[in-house]
Amino acid sequence: MKRLMLAAALAAAALGAPAAARDLTIVSWGGAYQDAQRAVYFQPFMQARGIRLLEETWDGGVGVLRAKMQSGANNWDVVQVEGEELLVGCEEGLFERIDWARVGGRDAYRPDAVHECGVGAIYYSFVLAYDRARIAGEGPRSWADFWDVQRFPGKRALRRGPKTNLEIALLADGVPANQVYATLRSPAGIDRAFAKLDQLRPHLVWWTAGAQPPQLLASGEVAMTSAYNGRISAANRNDGRNFAIVWTNSLYTIDSWVIMKGSPNLAHAYAFLAFAGQPERQAQLPPRIPYGVPALGAEALIPDAVKPDLPTSPANIATAIQLDDSFWLENIDRLTQRFNAWAAR
Amino acid sequence: MAEAAAGLARRVRRAGLRRRLAAALLVAPLLVFLLIGFAAPIAVLLARGVQDTEVPRVLPRVTAALAAWDGRGLPDDRAFAALVEDMREARAAGTLAQAATRLNYDLNGFRTLMFSTARRLPAPGDDARAALLAADPAWGERATWAALRRAAGPLTDFYLLAAVDLRRDADNRIVPAPPEQAIFRDVLARTFGISLAVTLICLVAGYPVAALLASLPARLAAALLAFVLLPFWTSLLVRTAAWVVLLQREGVVNAALLGLGLVEAPLQMIFTRFAVVLAMAHILLPFMILPLYAVMRAIPPGLTRAAASLGAPPWRVFLRVTWPLSLPGVAAGSLMVFIQALGYYITPALLGGASDQMISWFIAFYASRTVNWGMAAALSVLLLAATAALFTVYARLAGEARVRIA
Repeated sequence: MKRLMLAAALAAAALGAPAAARDLTIVSWGGAYQDAQRAVYFQPFMQARGIRLLEETWDGGVGVLRAKMQSGANNWDVVQVEGEELLVGCEEGLFERIDWARVGGRDAYRPDAVHECGVGAIYYSFVLAYDRARIAGEGPRSWADFWDVQRFPGKRALRRGPKTNLEIALLADGVPANQVYATLRSPAGIDRAFAKLDQLRPHLVWWTAGAQPPQLLASGEVAMTSAYNGRISAANRNDGRNFAIVWTNSLYTIDSWVIMKGSPNLAHAYAFLAFAGQPERQAQLPPRIPYGVPALGAEALIPDAVKPDLPTSPANIATAIQLDDSFWLENIDRLTQRFNAWAAR
Repeated sequence: MAEAAAGLARRVRRAGLRRRLAAALLVAPLLVFLLIGFAAPIAVLLARGVQDTEVPRVLPRVTAALAAWDGRGLPDDRAFAALVEDMREARAAGTLAQAATRLNYDLNGFRTLMFSTARRLPAPGDDARAALLAADPAWGERATWAALRRAAGPLTDFYLLAAVDLRRDADNRIVPAPPEQAIFRDVLARTFGISLAVTLICLVAGYPVAALLASLPARLAAALLAFVLLPFWTSLLVRTAAWVVLLQREGVVNAALLGLGLVEAPLQMIFTRFAVVLAMAHILLPFMILPLYAVMRAIPPGLTRAAASLGAPPWRVFLRVTWPLSLPGVAAGSLMVFIQALGYYITPALLGGASDQMISWFIAFYASRTVNWGMAAALSVLLLAATAALFTVYARLAGEARVRIA
């Protein structure tokens, strides 16, 4: 589909069709999360500002953004990206520099959500999740239990790619949370992580889109999975599931909004980011899907009932480690190559 | 009189020409379409596998300076100065990433090296060598400069070598890729292995069906043929998704096995090689049955009856008459199934695990996820070349078999 659209876009460009005529296009992660974003940001924005907005979804990967820019037929305006994609893309000039005055100023956001190319969108965690309906009694409590196929038989699902899995492997192997990236920065640490993943290899399946882990749990295909915390909570709330989240040593990180370089809808893009940056607007997101939000003042407006599910709540963040974007900036290409070779063997 | 005859001949010639022109015009749209929509894009894509344009375009001065480098020791000061100047310009133009990405394919860490160096470029006129060595000690290594020179273009064997798990070292010798990165030979062998298994299963399962259809009266055969054609007309995606429903952990097959008490715990069938081969065989079966049926239908029934009346037992009739006469169908069906199986992507992607992916998965990965067109093209070349080689061998073997029958 994506290739089809790329081809169509190329054809349109070749025929000299004007590119500026398209609507503001916003790209996010699909599934329950984008459903929530639609209700909180997209629909109200269209109604309030009278600006038409198109949605698309993607599964990440800075290569996709590079392809968009290199083809000269980029049809995306505002994209939600992960930490290292923000850094890589900013360095490579794929994104516009954010004019903070147009989105409410740097001081309107938590400091870690402010970047020269990106406006923080959500705080979320990669957590261990399982189905209470299938694992009765005492469930897994840590990533080490994720490897325990004797006590908890069944397949395991992890996100395809090295990021998060190497951290999880080392945590399961007994590396203390504060030593994970120090260990990964040595070749021996990388080998250790892959060796640990190797132990679990016969039991592993891979997911790529955030909507898959709850589906894999619901169909009983896997006994445990890594997952975005919000998708698990959303499945419990919306689909009546009884999934459990293990917060111990969860991997905590931030996604950001970026504006693609040379976007013909720059003014509309800023209008959207300013709209989505209002604290009272952002406070409506967590009740729909429990992700933390970066606008200062939003925290106070979030209902108390939601707070225990947020990755930013004190209990949940106590043992979490933050994904090290600078580590992945340096290593994502090399380790993705190695991961693919390892996974395909 | 002679004049009239000449006029007639001219008119006939002209009419013939016009007819040929009209025929050519009728064919022209298809020809043009094939050329523009099929031949040209494939040729352009495959050419990407041997082109190397990023580095000479983004870093022209250092590319030129390194042409004179003998590859021993470090290049001279001119190369260092040229690199600094190139990087300054590329950084301003926003093209540095293109060169850095290409160099990073060859030497891990080159991307980071380029960007960290670009942030610490010396002022014009300063000692470029000292500044680069201070920015990163990697500029003091021969391997770094050798990688830069290897990417000088305009043509390269880098991608093609990588597609068969080879690379060039700092001395430009071809060496095996490090074991943790070598995958493509395995993947190619796996692709051919799966395709072969699928072809054999299709042959074993399809031959009796085709034989039955060929032996029935035409009307009944047509009715039964619908059972072959109905799945054939169903979308590949639908049939693959149907196998997901059947084979998943709590799917139809496992539920039946558990219900009958044949197994105690659900079998792991989805995300395995078994699922991939099974579903591919099911999807490709019509391509085996239809050519077999067409060939078998044309075998005169009198021949088998004659053999039987001369005292041949049924197995001998089959071995001496039916099987040899059906060989062209076997050849055509097997070739169709095998070659289609080689390019399968969706079915292994949905039903297989990470170690069941065929070469198409990697072509798609490089083309659409990492935008490494060179690698995607090189793998396509590899697949095309291997298929063509196999086809040649096969055509020769099948040809001989037919000669033997005659």
